[in-house]
Amino acid sequence: MLQIPLWKRILILAIVVVGLIYAMPNLFYARVEAHNDAVAAAKRDGFETPEQAAARARWPQWLPGGLVNLGLDLRGGAHLLGEVHTAEVYKSRLNSLWPDLRDALAAQRDVVGAVRRVAGPDDVLRVEIGNPDQMAKAVEIARSLAAPVVSLTGAGSSSLDITAAGNTMTVRLSDAEKAATDDRTIQQTLEIVRRRVDEVGTREPTIQRQGKDRVLIEVPGIGSAEDLKKLIGTTAKLTFNAVVGRGTDPNVAPGLGNVVVPSLDEKGVYYTIAEVPVVTGEELTDARPSFDQNGQPAVEFRFNPQGARRFGAYTAANIGQPFAIVLDNQVISAPNIRDAITTGNGQISGAMTVDESNRLAVLLRAGALPAGMTFLEERTIGPELGQDSIDAGKIAGIVGTGLVVAYIVASYGLFGVFASIAVIVNVILILAVMSMMGATLTLPGIAGIVLTVGTAVDANVIIYERIREELRAGRRIVQAIDNGFNEAMSAIIDANVTTFIAALVMFFLGSGPVKGFAVTLTIGLVTSVFTAIYLTRLMIVIWLDWRKPRTLEL
Amino acid sequence: MAFRLKLVPDNTRIDFFRWQLLTFGISAVAMLASIIVIAVNGFNFGIDFKGGTTIRTESPTAFQVGDYRGALSDLGLADVTITEVFDPTFGPDKHVAQIRIGTTNETGSVTPQQLNEVEAALKAVDPGVTFAAVESVGPKVSGELIKTAVYSVGAATLGILFYIWLRFEWQFALGGVFALVHDILLTAGLFALFQIRFDLTTIAALLTILGYSINDTVVVFDRLRENLIKFKTMPLVDVMNLTVNETLSRTIMTAVATALALAALLVLGGDVIRGFVFAMLWGVFVGCYSTIYVAKNIVLWLGVRRDWTKPVKAAPGEKSELAGTPFQDMP
Repeated sequence: MLQIPLWKRILILAIVVVGLIYAMPNLFYARVEAHNDAVAAAKRDGFETPEQAAARARWPQWLPGGLVNLGLDLRGGAHLLGEVHTAEVYKSRLNSLWPDLRDALAAQRDVVGAVRRVAGPDDVLRVEIGNPDQMAKAVEIARSLAAPVVSLTGAGSSSLDITAAGNTMTVRLSDAEKAATDDRTIQQTLEIVRRRVDEVGTREPTIQRQGKDRVLIEVPGIGSAEDLKKLIGTTAKLTFNAVVGRGTDPNVAPGLGNVVVPSLDEKGVYYTIAEVPVVTGEELTDARPSFDQNGQPAVEFRFNPQGARRFGAYTAANIGQPFAIVLDNQVISAPNIRDAITTGNGQISGAMTVDESNRLAVLLRAGALPAGMTFLEERTIGPELGQDSIDAGKIAGIVGTGLVVAYIVASYGLFGVFASIAVIVNVILILAVMSMMGATLTLPGIAGIVLTVGTAVDANVIIYERIREELRAGRRIVQAIDNGFNEAMSAIIDANVTTFIAALVMFFLGSGPVKGFAVTLTIGLVTSVFTAIYLTRLMIVIWLDWRKPRTLEL
Repeated sequence: MAFRLKLVPDNTRIDFFRWQLLTFGISAVAMLASIIVIAVNGFNFGIDFKGGTTIRTESPTAFQVGDYRGALSDLGLADVTITEVFDPTFGPDKHVAQIRIGTTNETGSVTPQQLNEVEAALKAVDPGVTFAAVESVGPKVSGELIKTAVYSVGAATLGILFYIWLRFEWQFALGGVFALVHDILLTAGLFALFQIRFDLTTIAALLTILGYSINDTVVVFDRLRENLIKFKTMPLVDVMNLTVNETLSRTIMTAVATALALAALLVLGGDVIRGFVFAMLWGVFVGCYSTIYVAKNIVLWLGVRRDWTKPVKAAPGEKSELAGTPFQDMP
């Protein structure tokens, strides 16, 4: 056991050296961060400003630039946990199904009779047909519109559940389709939130799905959870709808398939518009701030070819009629169509400031959230509190490590020095692994590292106490050391596996601080076993070869 | 002779079972007391588990909690508690308060308008006040957080139980897990007694105690198993005493090293994690105690199958024969 082949020695030292190199950027945190930001900005924009070039030059490109990602409690920032109202999407799915179903049934009007949509709950589509005895045929037609569900869990099931009673056919989304729709809704929400957060240029946001319908958003460096909510909570759902009527009564009966929405500019004016839009904001390819012919701030937009075609066809067919530009269920303006607009370009103008037009352009570019969100948890941590925590953690870490080192050296002498080196290398390795993984260090994470410093000596203590026993039993030095390492192994493994189980549970079940703590604890376990067993043994073996001691004080 | 700091002499022969009824009694009473304290006092749940909003204010000038309370009393907020936070690491121009506002509505967060009102009201009595942190948790989430917290402590205990059962015998698993329950109960009792804030980080601390305590226990068990094979005829209680004496030096050494690191964090780490570190430090002591006085007593009472050639016949409560100095047959 005490003969360590050369390749193994080199491997152990190489791991330590690589760890040192990867941990090093954290010593120059601000500098490396500026460098990384400059590189990222240059990559995004495709050019580099002189300041960015200067920032980039402050850290050599060939050195690793990975940093331990500082958690919100250390850096300051905002944390939001939102619940996505996934069920909202069912309604729009069924609404968009209705025209197709109507057309398909209308084609068989001779058989099924007149077709009429009747009111019902949001997540069902109710259709009355003229000839109830031909219901079977109608259901068959409706079924032909269903598609197989494309998802792992729902494979093989149909997207629609269709039932019939009397002259009414009821269409709803199947459970498998609902699940698949929910998934898509969350994915889309994550994507849109990410785009909106990225637009304001804060670094390293965490945007994750949590559970079935939750989204966790953590953005370092943002002023408050309130600002973050404003940024992502705004729906910015842009649609272009046909106008049915205009009046001042918000409670006017809109008629089936229509809705009443207020006007943004004119107080007390309400528009009745067709619920199914002609074109939606999803078909925008670009939106940017500009000025209208009167020099007022405006937003210019462009449709994709499909949107342009539909918009063109609609405007051509409705010249002289008004159409409504609707943003977040408010009519921004309802101009009359003068010409067919076939270019796919348009402009939104209204009472807005330059700032607002900027923001609207950003929101339109990013697209609308597919469904609303309720925020269940909001946290804002000020940057100063974070800095205080880092400082306190650093000092405590250094003092704690110093105390532990003094204690082991006093207890084990030279071997205590070996163990101390192992403990310090251990901390460096933890930081290195975290930097490589881009793991997040939180305040409890710092506590985890400090605790690891305490327990990392445990493996060494188990080994050293064994060696002491072996020496007391009269073994020769080399034999005693060899036995010490061998006999201690099973205790070290058992002890670490049990802690590992606790850490795993924390990681998978825990959230927030618990998770952050589990990450450092787990990494610390692995690195401490490496340093205690391999690194300490290597140091002892080298020392034995070099000094060939006759006696050993331990 | 080089200087060596030795907290435990080389060859200890402490009879850890001499006071076993007393120590076990102490453990039982402490556990019972914890349950009573928890039942009577309850926990000082943080907003993670209770829902609501906490605001951490910082001010360069000293303030009176009464002034803050007076300023907030007219705002119609539910269940406001204000505590001043003291910490030796704060400078003379740093005065910190923790304001907790109970849940007011469905989502549980204080609305932005209310937050502005709170800030304006506090500014009126203390112009320099700033909000260092604002956190809100809705009642829906907090209920779930309690559930996951209980699950995670339970799951970790079961996982550990299963691993020890695989590696050792079921008696060891029961002994180890009983020691864990003991440690968790005593820690929870301490939190209830001193009304230390109990939140998600506390759960992390509890799970760490779990890990640390079992770590300690397993090292002793490991040696016990080894000694059981080595000394086939020695009474179980003597093997246990021998084992604990052999590992005592390591137990103390590790506990002191860990406690030193934690003590640095407790004093210098700032008030934000003080409760958390305090729990861990306490856990180190309790974990140490339970290893020596709880875990293996259970194993002793359950008995361990020693001779695999005969059918299972446990020997609960074997009488110690220390007069025969059983340590003599050590190699």
